[in-house]
Amino acid sequence: METLILIIVLAVFFVAVVTEMGWLLLVRPRRRRRGEPPEVIVSPPEAPGEPELRTPGRDAAEAAQAVITPTAPPRAPEQRTPAPPAAPEIEKPPPSAGRLVRLRERLSRSQSSVGSVLLGLLSRDRLDDDTWDEIEEVLITADVGVVPARQMVDDLRTKVKVLGARGVDEVRALLRTELITQIGEDMDRSLHTERHEGLPGVVLMVGVNGTGKTTTVGKLARVLVGDGKTVLLGAADTFRAAAADQLQTWGERVGARTVRADRDGADPASVAFEAVREGADLGVDVVLVDTAGRLHTKTGLMDELGKVKRVIEKRAPVGEVLLVLDAITGQNGLRQARVFAEVVDITGIVLTKLDGTAKGGIVIAVQRELGVPVKLVGLGEGPDDLAPFDPATFVDAILTA
Amino acid sequence: MFDTLSERLTQVFSSLRGKGRLSAADIDATAREIRIALLEADVALPVVRAFIARVKERAGGEEVSGALNPAQQVIKIVHDELIDVLGGETRRLRFAKVPPTVIMLAGLQGSGKTTLAGKLALWLREQGNTPMLVAADLQRPNAVQQLQIVGERAGVPVYAPEPGNGVGDPVAVARQSLEEAQRRQQNMVIIDTAGRLGIDEEMMRQAVGIRDAVQPDEILFVVDAMIGQDAVATAQAFLDGVGYDGVVLTKLDGDARGGAALSITQLTGRPIMFASAGEKLEDFDVFHPDRMASRILDMGDMLTLIEQAEKAFDEDQTAALADRLVSGEGFTLEDFVEQIQMVRKLGPIGNLLGMLPGAGKNKELLSQVNDKDLDRATAIVQSMTPEERRNPKIVNGSRRARIAGGSGVTPGQVGALIQNFQEGQKQMRQLMGGGLGNIPGMPPGMRRAANKAVKGKKPKKKHPGGDPRRAAARAVGNGAPAGDEVPGNGRAGGVGGGLPEGFSNQDMAETLAALQKGGLPGGLGGLPGLGTPDSNVPAAFRAPGNKRRKKK
Ligand SMILES: Nc1nc2c(ncn2[C@@H]2O[C@H](COP(=O)(O)OP(=O)(O)O)[C@@H](O)[C@H]2O)c(=O)[nH]1
Ligand SMILES: [Mg+2]
Repeated sequence: METLILIIVLAVFFVAVVTEMGWLLLVRPRRRRRGEPPEVIVSPPEAPGEPELRTPGRDAAEAAQAVITPTAPPRAPEQRTPAPPAAPEIEKPPPSAGRLVRLRERLSRSQSSVGSVLLGLLSRDRLDDDTWDEIEEVLITADVGVVPARQMVDDLRTKVKVLGARGVDEVRALLRTELITQIGEDMDRSLHTERHEGLPGVVLMVGVNGTGKTTTVGKLARVLVGDGKTVLLGAADTFRAAAADQLQTWGERVGARTVRADRDGADPASVAFEAVREGADLGVDVVLVDTAGRLHTKTGLMDELGKVKRVIEKRAPVGEVLLVLDAITGQNGLRQARVFAEVVDITGIVLTKLDGTAKGGIVIAVQRELGVPVKLVGLGEGPDDLAPFDPATFVDAILTA
Repeated sequence: MFDTLSERLTQVFSSLRGKGRLSAADIDATAREIRIALLEADVALPVVRAFIARVKERAGGEEVSGALNPAQQVIKIVHDELIDVLGGETRRLRFAKVPPTVIMLAGLQGSGKTTLAGKLALWLREQGNTPMLVAADLQRPNAVQQLQIVGERAGVPVYAPEPGNGVGDPVAVARQSLEEAQRRQQNMVIIDTAGRLGIDEEMMRQAVGIRDAVQPDEILFVVDAMIGQDAVATAQAFLDGVGYDGVVLTKLDGDARGGAALSITQLTGRPIMFASAGEKLEDFDVFHPDRMASRILDMGDMLTLIEQAEKAFDEDQTAALADRLVSGEGFTLEDFVEQIQMVRKLGPIGNLLGMLPGAGKNKELLSQVNDKDLDRATAIVQSMTPEERRNPKIVNGSRRARIAGGSGVTPGQVGALIQNFQEGQKQMRQLMGGGLGNIPGMPPGMRRAANKAVKGKKPKKKHPGGDPRRAAARAVGNGAPAGDEVPGNGRAGGVGGGLPEGFSNQDMAETLAALQKGGLPGGLGGLPGLGTPDSNVPAAFRAPGNKRRKKK
């Protein structure tokens, strides 16, 4: 057994030695930097029916034929008050404005300890090394990460020195500014769901398993309907048992039609494509595409996701790719975000389950490293427990608990 | 910036290298780094504190001996401590005296309860039990359907009298399920419950209601391996809220270090009983503390690599190739291309490199290598004549231009490949010269070749016996400078061939020497199950579709 390991190690090593340095020195990294225009994909045209990866060996042609069944009668785009006859009772969701303030109580439940403990520590008479260590630890327990926590402490240290006097109000103001800076105030956090050149706005929901993608699609559909838009849902999670049903249940509540495959395991790209195609044909305002949860470590599934996006783009541009992160995620969140960003160019983050005790500090590192802003927060399982994210309101909720 | 515990520890230990024994200052420095490393592995802060205190105590005590070098010593202490905490109590499922045995699942939203219920059911069924699933998550939209489908796939009945989506009383469902199980003569009942937050009192009361109604033999707390610092609060809230007897760790097929495993067992004293690692129902196994320790130490990936290799490598072919590789000269560019093909079968090269212990230090660098590089190298070699492949020395300017034309690269790239190849051969010889030629179990041919290589290139100074690991490092150091020990050699600057900065031959030599000694954390060679094809390698480390490891 050791021999085998040895051989592998040697082989991989040797291959690496020979190729790696040669190319490293000659060819500049191919990685795209943030801000640079995306490289043009010159891949051969991908039919939506390429064999997918979760169910290898299935007939590709069959996948392309996947019967897409409409679940609610189609609605004309101008029909603002949904009234399909057979659908269950359709709710008219409230507008989303001011939600974060309304949900502040839940937010502060999870965040209170951070704010108040930090305030307490910073207001101490003497700020010695131990106190600063404690401050760092409070940040670490919020999942901020060791390095960012250290940087924040250094920042605060300098500012406290400059400040001189440290009354409660000064400290609070100082901390408020620091937190807002860390969270980033100057980012565009608006959702890009507008129609574009006669095509619906498309939102793609991605993330690892169980973070709340389907729930967020459902909640977001309500927000959009509440804001007077017409919405169509695409159930491109063809993998998890009953995932499409779960999405459809959400859709029916607000009278949004769900496009889904007729069976589990169909090609997600063709379902997504079909949803966008129908959305465009019907002239709806926004198409929300739910995808299966996938761990970022599974290259096959990540390729599949890349394909879902590319196939959609054959019909309409994707306005938002939202990465759904569970607030409870620790340092692994950064790895997740990196890979998803690379594969589908995420444009925003939805931080869910902030109604729990988890602080979601990992988004600070994610935002900083990837420059991708948190756009929405999930604050419960209720249909209207989704709010636009606003740094100042968020920080105020932390500090005034 | 180092991502993982083992990367950190490797870093720490490289600065310890060479010192005779651990001083108090060494221990402090090490402890600081271990602290950071554990925190980055998501071990909860209070747990880190306690853990560090114990490691310090052990490291400073009389257990410090002369048998191992300081780095190995600390690795061993940390690893042992990890296993101690993780495996404090290993326990099997408790069965009821009078069936049905009742297992209740509890956990946060999205932790993977429903999928786990199916996996557990399948696992139990395969052991000759007759489990029944109970749909008591009446909260999340379509959770009931999901469980029904999962049950169907697992081949077990599902008791789902209520439609869910907010309709029905989970306590009543759970209670009735016991009678139903008796009636159907199912000997076990697995109750799937709604996800809930630790602080949601109302939902916690519901969980207590279910518990009191069915008096479970086991309550299992299901928790996602990528949970961060909140693991402590959540684990405690569930312990106080409903209580549990064991823990199940899910989503271990990701790359989270899983520090929560340490946090929860240390904090609650409840054993982790099962590990769930994948979306398929078979991706499930009993928990192995030693493997989790290796994982937290970032050693587990080696196992995956081995299994993938077992499938991809033809043994004879491999042995022949290895033979020539080790001897250096006999290894031609043709062999090199063949080797590239083999390595490619193992998966993306970036992943592979990341799996090599010690390579983790250089993730950033490694992430820039990709399969296209390999393909390009292959293309270049394929544009050569057989003569050129055998003897690249004859490749002059005009030949370079021809090859470049044929493979769509620049002549400079052709030259670089050849140069690097020759450099690689040289390094390989040196590597094998460092006392690595006598690895137990090495095929005779390979050993001969290695020894031949040694003869050709004697290290300047013979190291008097002692640690082969250091000897190896030293021998390598003779020819190929290694990162921190021979600074400013110009290799990093990109002059000529050589290893990329940071990815030193020394890492390699250490890896090999450690393998040879079985001295890596987790003792690769000594890992239970490594030698026997049928043992319980956890699914996290199991290559998909590896028939031999399939459970019977
Ligand atoms: N407490 C809480 N639970 C949530 C939130 N968002 C989603 N969930 C729950 O998390 C679980 C997984 O959600 P789901 O949408 O199925 O995840 P998906 O696998 O990513 O699609 C469900 O039980 C949801 O009800 C949130 O903001 N707060
Ligand atoms: Mg889903």
